[in-house]
Amino acid sequence: MTNKYTLGLTRRQILQLGAAGIAVPALAAVTGCTTTQGRRGSGEVVVIGGGFGGTAAAKYLKRYNPQLNVTLVEPNKTYVTCPGSNWVIGGFTEMQEITHTYDGVKQRGVNVVHETVVGVDTDKQQVKLSNGQTLAYDKLVVSPGIDFKWDVHQGVDADTAKSLPHAYKAGEQTLLLRDQLRAMKDGGTFVLIAPPNPFRCPPGPYERVGTIAHYLKHNKPKSKILVLDQKNAFSKQGLFMEGWETQYGQMIEYVKLDDGGKLNAIDVKNKVIDADYGEVKADVINYIAPQKAGKLAQMMGLTNESGFCPVNQQTFESTLQPNVYVIGDACIAGPMPKSGHSATSQAKAMAANMVLAMAGQDTVSAKNVNTCYSLVTPDYAISVAAVYDVVDGKIVEVKGAGGVSPMGATPQVRKQEALYTRGWYRSITDEVWG
Amino acid sequence: MKKSFLPLAGLLLAASFPAQAVDRGEMLANSCFSCHGYDGKNTGASIPALGQYPASLIVSQMKAYRDGTRSGTIMNRHAKGYTDEEIELMAKYIGKQGL
Repeated sequence: MTNKYTLGLTRRQILQLGAAGIAVPALAAVTGCTTTQGRRGSGEVVVIGGGFGGTAAAKYLKRYNPQLNVTLVEPNKTYVTCPGSNWVIGGFTEMQEITHTYDGVKQRGVNVVHETVVGVDTDKQQVKLSNGQTLAYDKLVVSPGIDFKWDVHQGVDADTAKSLPHAYKAGEQTLLLRDQLRAMKDGGTFVLIAPPNPFRCPPGPYERVGTIAHYLKHNKPKSKILVLDQKNAFSKQGLFMEGWETQYGQMIEYVKLDDGGKLNAIDVKNKVIDADYGEVKADVINYIAPQKAGKLAQMMGLTNESGFCPVNQQTFESTLQPNVYVIGDACIAGPMPKSGHSATSQAKAMAANMVLAMAGQDTVSAKNVNTCYSLVTPDYAISVAAVYDVVDGKIVEVKGAGGVSPMGATPQVRKQEALYTRGWYRSITDEVWG
Repeated sequence: MKKSFLPLAGLLLAASFPAQAVDRGEMLANSCFSCHGYDGKNTGASIPALGQYPASLIVSQMKAYRDGTRSGTIMNRHAKGYTDEEIELMAKYIGKQGL
């Protein structure tokens, strides 16, 4: 008997529940006794997507209610995190350090199925897998991440990533970009095309600029990095620019949308970029395409005209499909950035409220949290944090809380944050996959 | 039969309310886990594992970060997001688990 939920309730509390009129009628309890299935509080939950959001959701659903039968569907046997992948590109972290297995969640009682979802019948509440198997669900959690829009700029399509890696889904793409960087000549031009809002990991492209600059500074110091941004401002901008200038001098040129950053077309074969800035011949191009919710979300009709998924801001239930919950980068969560930390936070809020709802209890307002550390060099980091509350059905930032690291801080402070960057990574990946 | 029925019904009722354990304290404390270790346990990270700390210390330090009497790199920014009540609830949960 390790079920703390059963043990946690004293007999007096049970009687109080009855007295308050919120306990189920005795008849229902007895009915529950006679069958092992269908007890109130138990049920089938299927989670699709084994990233931060989906894996955390599966783990916390079992934590909050061990009686639930939770199945996590993820095609890959290991998961490579996007956080940390810029460090791999920069050459100071190995892939194995950012690769995780599902052994941890399996040990915690989650059924893990390594198959691809080929369809979801939201009327019959069934998930169809590529091996022909069908999973029935009472509740479905979808955490499909992002997909790319290949029709915004001329000259590119889905195959472009094979030669011009986006490296914005970690794994082979990460290594491809790293290897192109390693093969680049000294004195070459690396062009990063940063996506328009909204997109996964708002500081991600700019952390990447720093880790690539770190590599070039120590290996190919005559090289240049050109950033063509498809927007006019970005996350932690002042801090990044201060870091780039103090750590890398004139190596990085940043061009915002209205100053010529606007991309028109890419000649993929010849690596020639047509931007308002002019024509640029690049040696390596990191084209991070504009984004929308993952393919599954599109397929299931969970997205609106924005390409992302509208959800109840407290429970993360889709406003378009009943009994389907969307968390992570694919969902629209007010001011919360699309980040691994946000997805993990949303997973917990969603899981707790789902467990409460399945037991017929009221939802509880949970404060969501985000923390994003970014390295400028391996020993120099900056951060942004925020705490979120739900007010009048909307996710809002708690006023006075959150914000970014101070400008002009000492090298010791930047180094301390670099230490915490690695600590954050270690902790949150253990929280999710451990 | 009747004698044994009541405790049995009690157990079933308890099993019927697993959500009882998802209280605000746990939900608030779960936010700490992402940086300070799942269940406050040490994972070898460079960030203090909170399970080793007495709840009273977590309360006093969170309030000190929030009110600016202690400065940190990121904790001041987090602590300002919580009321006294929330700090006490989360500290009680995470502190009581310990190592």
